[in-house]
Amino acid sequence: MSSLMTRVSVPRGGLSFSWLVRRLLLGVFVLLLVSVLLFLVTQALPGDVARIILGKDATAEQVADLRQQLGLDRSLVVQYWHWLTGVLTGEMGSSLQNGEPVVDIIGPRMLDSFALGLISLVLILPIAVVVGVFSAHQRDSAWDKAFVAVSSLFTALPAFVVGMLLIALFATSVLGVLPGVSNIPPGDMPWWHPAELVLPVTTLTLMGVMYLGRLVRASFIDAMNSEYVQMATLKGLSGRRILFRHALPNAVAASLPAASLVAAVTITGVVVVEYVYSYPGLGTAVVSAVNSHDLPVLQACILVLATAYYVFNLLADILSAMGRSR
Amino acid sequence: MNGNLSVLGRAMRTGQARLGLVLLSVVGFVVLFGHFLMPYAPDTIVGQPLADPDGSFLLGTDILGRDVLSRLLDGGLTLSWMAVLAAGLGVFLGCLVGLTAAYRGGAVDAVLMRAMDVLLSFPEIIFVLLFVSMLGRSTLLTSVLVGIAFMPGVSRVLRGAALPVVASEYVLWARANGLPPRQVLLREVLPGVTSPLMVETGMRLVWAVAAIASLSYLGFGIAPPAADWGLMVGENQDGLSVAPLPVLAPITLILMMALGGNLVAESVARTVGRTEGKR
Amino acid sequence: MIEEVTQEVQVSGVTVTIDGTGHDIVQDIGFALGRGEVMGVVGESGSGKSTLALALLGFARPGATITGGRVVVDGVDLLALPEGRLRRARGRKVAYVPQDPATALNPSLSLATQLTEGLGVPRREALPRVKQLLVDVGLPGDDAFLKRRPRQLSGGQQQRVAIAMAIAAGPRLIVLDEPTTGLDVSTQARVLEMVRSLCRSRDMAAIYVSHDLAVVADVADYVTVMYGGEVVESGSDRDVLVRSGHPYTRALLAAVPSATHRHQLVPIRGRAPGADEARQGCVFAPRCDHAVDACSVTRPLLTPGPSGTSVRCLRMDEVARTSRAVSRAPSARVVGGGEEVFSVAGLNAGYGGRQVLFDVSFSLPRGECLALVGESGSGKTTLSRCLVGLHEEQEGVLTFSGAAIGRTRGKEVQRQVQYIFQNPYGSLNPRRTVGRSLAVPLQHYFGLTARQAESRVHEALERVEIPARLASRHPADLSGGQRQRVAIARALVCDPAVLVCDEVTSALDVSVQASVVELLRSLLSDGLSMVFVTHNLAVVRSIADTTVVLNQGRVVESGVTDSVLGNPTHPYTQSLMAATLEVPEATGR
Repeated sequence: MSSLMTRVSVPRGGLSFSWLVRRLLLGVFVLLLVSVLLFLVTQALPGDVARIILGKDATAEQVADLRQQLGLDRSLVVQYWHWLTGVLTGEMGSSLQNGEPVVDIIGPRMLDSFALGLISLVLILPIAVVVGVFSAHQRDSAWDKAFVAVSSLFTALPAFVVGMLLIALFATSVLGVLPGVSNIPPGDMPWWHPAELVLPVTTLTLMGVMYLGRLVRASFIDAMNSEYVQMATLKGLSGRRILFRHALPNAVAASLPAASLVAAVTITGVVVVEYVYSYPGLGTAVVSAVNSHDLPVLQACILVLATAYYVFNLLADILSAMGRSR
Repeated sequence: MNGNLSVLGRAMRTGQARLGLVLLSVVGFVVLFGHFLMPYAPDTIVGQPLADPDGSFLLGTDILGRDVLSRLLDGGLTLSWMAVLAAGLGVFLGCLVGLTAAYRGGAVDAVLMRAMDVLLSFPEIIFVLLFVSMLGRSTLLTSVLVGIAFMPGVSRVLRGAALPVVASEYVLWARANGLPPRQVLLREVLPGVTSPLMVETGMRLVWAVAAIASLSYLGFGIAPPAADWGLMVGENQDGLSVAPLPVLAPITLILMMALGGNLVAESVARTVGRTEGKR
Repeated sequence: MIEEVTQEVQVSGVTVTIDGTGHDIVQDIGFALGRGEVMGVVGESGSGKSTLALALLGFARPGATITGGRVVVDGVDLLALPEGRLRRARGRKVAYVPQDPATALNPSLSLATQLTEGLGVPRREALPRVKQLLVDVGLPGDDAFLKRRPRQLSGGQQQRVAIAMAIAAGPRLIVLDEPTTGLDVSTQARVLEMVRSLCRSRDMAAIYVSHDLAVVADVADYVTVMYGGEVVESGSDRDVLVRSGHPYTRALLAAVPSATHRHQLVPIRGRAPGADEARQGCVFAPRCDHAVDACSVTRPLLTPGPSGTSVRCLRMDEVARTSRAVSRAPSARVVGGGEEVFSVAGLNAGYGGRQVLFDVSFSLPRGECLALVGESGSGKTTLSRCLVGLHEEQEGVLTFSGAAIGRTRGKEVQRQVQYIFQNPYGSLNPRRTVGRSLAVPLQHYFGLTARQAESRVHEALERVEIPARLASRHPADLSGGQRQRVAIARALVCDPAVLVCDEVTSALDVSVQASVVELLRSLLSDGLSMVFVTHNLAVVRSIADTTVVLNQGRVVESGVTDSVLGNPTHPYTQSLMAATLEVPEATGR
């Protein structure tokens, strides 16, 4: 969860529509730069990409063929332009592994990955708010201390460790109630296989709730210590009204940027978690594409993941700027 | 107030930090001296695959028939130095970028932070995989890449911490009196951000362990047949239902390392927060 | 007693204790107040006045507890009520107006919600009442205004909303905690007028907590002076402020500057006690000029004194016999005729593309003090930063010692034009000792090593009356006033010709402000020239030879201080002078 950090980009002179438009345009610009970087790394690094792909034993002829197939003999700008227009029109070439169009390979996998991420997010957000608020409300109780301790452990754990422990507990002889491998056959919708989804979703949800719940707890405690809550007390309002009308909305608003970051991280957590459970999504596709040097698939997967990741990051930035301008 | 060592000292006196230190010492012992204590060579096949623990194999054997205990004792060192290198590099680069951006402001700030935005849009595992797939795998390269992947996050935190310091009256005074920028940055701004810097370093170390272990688990970190905790989990996953120890033993050590590091880092963060709050 | 029965508000023995240490933040506070009357509670920082204000509503901040006393309002002792009834009494019997409405109003709720909640009637019925209230406090009472959030209002409007919120349920007592501290003088004057008329028209008692003697003198019928968590003097407005009987009250009055005439400001020596110190005897004894041995042993009681007020002092009879002589400082400093050391001609400056200064010109003769006066938003801080070269977007001609200084100034100019900041807590590097902070410029300008610098450092600290032993301390160990002196010392080691002082006293208590103003005045006599930026006309009167009045980035009036403040010609200066409050003067005895 290392990308969850406080964001700093304060809009100058308040928040306005034009600021938002500028921020979004900047976002598009950054995404373009991302694509340039991705392109440069995969296609223009020093050394012969075709040779890297084919390995040491390939003949010079094979290498020359591949160079032509990849368009490596043209100028970088032309190559990039060709690649970018291809990406924007859904023409991302075909897999070097089996010749299938890249779109056909990653399309279903995108669906699988996003289904996994979205189901987790839908669970994370409400659970984190309830757990965080409850923990803050019971501050310093045994429950609260346990939650803080466990959540602090989870922020430090790699996702594969959590996943593996869940497999050891639920999918082996200990309990043996759930499948430890989530192999969803091609063509099936992931939600047709709920049992296969339980463990991957649980892994992502656990990690998200532990992180976000803790932030919600902190911002709820902040809100309860704020001057406006003191003022509400001095006005003689009831404890319930102070809690739900005065403290809670501000606490939730303060955790919104973090929620968006959790969304971003969930998208990438998908990579490792998918691999743990052999879940057929973008993450497993990236890993196998790296292993087989399947360049077009690799580019496409990374571009999709990076874009989704950046969009949520951007959303977090915008939300926290809005929060600060209040 | 007086120096950061006292803050560290105070942080270490909390029960939480002590538990963390104990855990870290145990793992540290295994990491540093394990190599001299292993009963077998870690990368040679010495028995039946996935054998149960017995007198000759205290933790049983792995999926290829190598001694789990030996691999466990040998598998922490590379992970540790890689994590230290990655975290150190990430914090150093991030600090450099963050402080420069905060201090110079204006166009320099905008360009640097947009560049960080670009880097930040690659989730760090993806970032490392991207380069590893092109440049081939090497432990040094992987740690450098993880360090670079950490840079944008660190730089954002430190820029945020440095902005109020840069705007503070004592830094303005130094600028109005024409003190050289390097001196202002090193002597006035940097001491003002040591607390977030300490916290950041601690958290990044923990996260570097997680990231590098994950990469090894995926097969892109330390190359087989060398022993590594993350790699061991990946190799033996398929045998989990038959023999859990080859997976659970390295996981326990990773868990202890992460928990210990996190307990220490968090108590430093909390102590720093309290001290700063008092000011 | 019959008299007590008629009083609407009776406070006695109120004590608030810190949970951990058992020390009292406020101790045994008592006074009484009738309907429609205003009690001013005056104290410097650390006097416990805000803690008292909250205790009057039966509230203590986390970490502290109300351990004793009675707060009787309209026949009910609030401190004896069970939690549920106390909650209902808040707002209805006693209400609170916070110091900073910007943080005390909930940012995410509309004004309508915040004003109608807790009234105990359905919102639809409450709304017409709330609209009338808004009109009463001088705000628009329409639906559009009620839909707004607090952040869409100005500071003055927010404070009016907070006051409307406090009186909405018709309380018998309203407690105002420094409600005008963040406001400009003209806004402050209007809020004070409103508070007075509300109390009169609603027959409601008010307790007005403030650090500002002039504000209290203006608004209050009775004054209670607090020091170190205790009431040291209490009585009617005029009796306390004019015929004060406690040495602390007298010392405080001697430290307050006046906008109408220049007099010498007498600081109070020593440091105010902290809430976490155990004490014995009279709290003020360590700083008191009248103290005898008995004062540090016996704690005096609050008893009626010879001057007509209740005084907590063993030696009040002796104190009453000494005259409260106000020493008028000779305003006969020769003004004008000096050669010009610093000047500004046609200065325009912007901030983020918006112009904030328009064609500003003035000049500073050597050895004189020029005051730049303006309210918030006048551009005075931007101007002061232009003077020391910290501002980028500026054009115009700045001249120092006869030569124009460009955008990038040389080391010599940087050394000779020194800047002192408003915030004493930020002006020194917290991680460096005081001595090393002072050695930095010596090293930079004169190439001295740390050892060579030491004697110069000690010299400078002595000049600003800081004991040399404090050189090894960090800023956190110093009080606000001491830090400001160290900041001045850091400017002095540069051997400057001009000091630019930006609101240097605004963060300080009056007794400390007096010592800083007197220090600056003595530097002027040493021949230093000074630009003094401030919003406080009284401070201007006590230090400045010439005054430049800024309004919205333009110079509206300038000239010799006595004539600018004595006979202002521009309407803006006139309104500023009219809104500036004065402590009534002790005429004779």
